Amino acid sequence: MTVQSAETAWERMLLEREIERFLYDEAAMLDERRFSDWGDLLAEDIHYHMPIRRNVKFGEQHRENTDTESEISWFDEGKRTLMGRVRQLNTGVHWPEEPFSRVRHIITNVRVLAVDGDEVEVSSNFFVWSNRLRDECVMFIGTRNDILRRDSETGWKIAKRLILLDQNVLLAKVFSTFF
Amino acid sequence: MVTYIKGRGDRNLRDLVDLETGVVSREVYVNEDIYAQELEQIYGRAWLLVGHESQVENPGDFVLGRMGEEEVILTRDRKGQIHVFLNTCRHRGMKVCRYDDGNALVFTCPFHAWTYDTDGRLVGVPHHHDAYFDELDKSQWGLAEVAQMCNYYGSIWATWDPKAPSFEDYLGPFKQTVRWAFQASDGTDAGVELYKPAQRWRLPSNWKFGAFSFAGDSAHAAMTHLSVNAAAIGPQGEVEGGGRHPLAAPFPSKRGYMSSRELGHVGQLAIYEQPGVADYRDTWLLEPGVDDYWRETREIKKQKFANEFLHMQSDGQFHIWPNATMSDWRILMWHPHGVGMTESWRQYQVDKNAPKHVKDAKRRYVMRYCGPAGITESDDMENWNYAHPASLGMVAQRYPYNFQLGLHHNHYDERIPGVTIGDRGPSEENQRARLRRWVEFMEAGSWDDIFPVRKNGKSNGKPRGGNGISSSW
Repeated sequence: MTVQSAETAWERMLLEREIERFLYDEAAMLDERRFSDWGDLLAEDIHYHMPIRRNVKFGEQHRENTDTESEISWFDEGKRTLMGRVRQLNTGVHWPEEPFSRVRHIITNVRVLAVDGDEVEVSSNFFVWSNRLRDECVMFIGTRNDILRRDSETGWKIAKRLILLDQNVLLAKVFSTFF
Repeated sequence: MVTYIKGRGDRNLRDLVDLETGVVSREVYVNEDIYAQELEQIYGRAWLLVGHESQVENPGDFVLGRMGEEEVILTRDRKGQIHVFLNTCRHRGMKVCRYDDGNALVFTCPFHAWTYDTDGRLVGVPHHHDAYFDELDKSQWGLAEVAQMCNYYGSIWATWDPKAPSFEDYLGPFKQTVRWAFQASDGTDAGVELYKPAQRWRLPSNWKFGAFSFAGDSAHAAMTHLSVNAAAIGPQGEVEGGGRHPLAAPFPSKRGYMSSRELGHVGQLAIYEQPGVADYRDTWLLEPGVDDYWRETREIKKQKFANEFLHMQSDGQFHIWPNATMSDWRILMWHPHGVGMTESWRQYQVDKNAPKHVKDAKRRYVMRYCGPAGITESDDMENWNYAHPASLGMVAQRYPYNFQLGLHHNHYDERIPGVTIGDRGPSEENQRARLRRWVEFMEAGSWDDIFPVRKNGKSNGKPRGGNGISSSW
C-alpha cells in the first residue's frame, strides 16, 4: 500500500463511507421490499450480470465465469427487464414471492477499487438469506463488482453489476430477489 | 418382474395408477421404494438425452452430462467418435473427470492415476509391471460405456440397456418431431448448436412433477403464470399486451395434445389444414436487425416445405419419455436426484449460422424466460416444490391425485397415425400417457415386455379404443 497524503486519505475514507452507505441503503430497499425504489437506483444503461460458475482445470480460470458475449448466465440483462421483474414482484401473484420471503442482504468487505471521474468501481461481498413459508431456507453467498455513477441530481446509480455467486449447480429452486 | 411395491402394505402398481378413472395415488410421486425402482426400471432401460454434438466439437472435447442420478462424460475421442461414459474410475470409483467441460488428452483419476483414453480404453495403470506383474488385463477395465448411443440430427441419446430398440423405433411417431427440434430456422437438418453451458439447479420436488407436467398441462398457465405478462419479457416488449411468447402469423392449424400411449412420448403440437409454413411476423421489435435474419430463413423454409404438412413439427413443445422436454428453442431435462429432489437442466438451441446479434438477442430472451431466474419458469418452481411435501402425509396419501381433465375425450386422426389427440381445450391426456408408460416400465422384466407390443396381447401397436374413444389399457 502506498503512503497517501492526509488529505487524500481523508477524501478516500469519505468516499468509502458514502459508497458503503449507498450499498447498505440499497440492501435495505430489497429487504424491505421497496422494489420500485430499488429500481430507481439503476442507471438506464445498467448491465446486470450473474454468470454461471464453471469447474475448470488449473490454467483455465479465464473460463470459470460464463461470459456475456456468447454464453448462458443466470442473469444477463438491462434495466428494461429488471424493471419487468420489479413489476412482477409487485403483482402479488408471483408465486415464489407470494407470500413474500424473509430476505436479508448482508453486505460486507466493501472496497473502492478505482475512481474515474463520476464513476467508481466497488467490490463487495454478499450473504443473502431467504427464509420462506414455514421452514424453507436458502443462502446465496458471493461477491459483486459494481460500477457506481454519481448523478448530481439523483445520487448514485448502479451502472454495472457483476455478481459472482459461489455455486455451480444452483442449490436454490429460484432466484426471486436481486443481488 | 416388479409388480408390487413395498410400503404400507404391498399393492399392485395398477391399483396406484387407475387411468380408466383418471385417479393416481400420491405414492407414485413420493414413495421412496417406488423411486428406487424407477432408477432401475426406467433410468436403467430407457433412451435418455445426454447432450448435443456441438458441446464436443473437437477431438478431446468433453462435457459432463447426466443419466438418471448418475454423472456421465460426453466426449469426442481423437478419431472424432462421440462416446458416453460413466464418470467413475473402474479401480476404486473416484470421478475421473471433475471439470464441467474442456478438452482432454486423457482422463487421469486423481486417486491412483489410472488413466483412460478419450475413447474409454484404460491406457495407464501405475505398477502395472512391477506390482500387477503384467497380469491385469487393461482391456477389461476401460470406462463403463453406455450400451447404445445415437447421434440423432446432432442430439446425443444413450441407453444402458443393450436390448433397447433402436432410437428411431423408440421415438415412433415422434421421429420427425425430434428431428424438427434440431433443424435450423431455414429447415436445415442438424442446423443448430447449443448455447453453453447448461443451467443446472435443484428443485425440491419429485422429478415427475416437472417431467410429466411439461407439454401436457396448459391448464396451469393462466393461474401459475398470472404475473408474467406484467414483465413484458417477449421480444416485442410492451406491444400487444407484453406477452411472453414471440408474435407469430396465423396459419390454418389446430393445436392439440398428442400422445403416443404405446411409447409415452407426448406433445402440445399442431395439425395443419394446409401444407407449407406460416409467414414470418416481425417480433424482435426492440432489437434492430434481428427480424431480418429470421424473415430470410423463414422464406427458405417456406420454399423447402411448401408442399409438406408439418404436423407435429412446428409450433409447440413435446416430451420424450421419460425425462426430456423440448421444442425448437429449448431443452428441459428433469434428472431424478432423490425421491424429493429434481436436478433441472436447461439448454437452448440456436441456428449455428446465425449472426452474432441474432444469437445474442435470442440468448438474452431465453435467459429471462427460462430457468431459476426465468420470469416465466420461476412460478412453476414454487408449485412443483410445495406439491411434494403436501403429498407426503399419511392422511394426504389417502387422497389420490386427479388426472381427469379431458378424460375419454380424445380421438385419432389418420393424418398423424400412432397418437391420440385431445383438441377440445385443456387436457391431461399427455400426463396420463406418461403415467401409462410409467406403469409398463415399472412392471417390465425386460424390453421384450414393453416393445414393440405390450404383453398379454393388449396392444398390436395400433391405436386402440376404436370409435375415437380412448380406453385406459
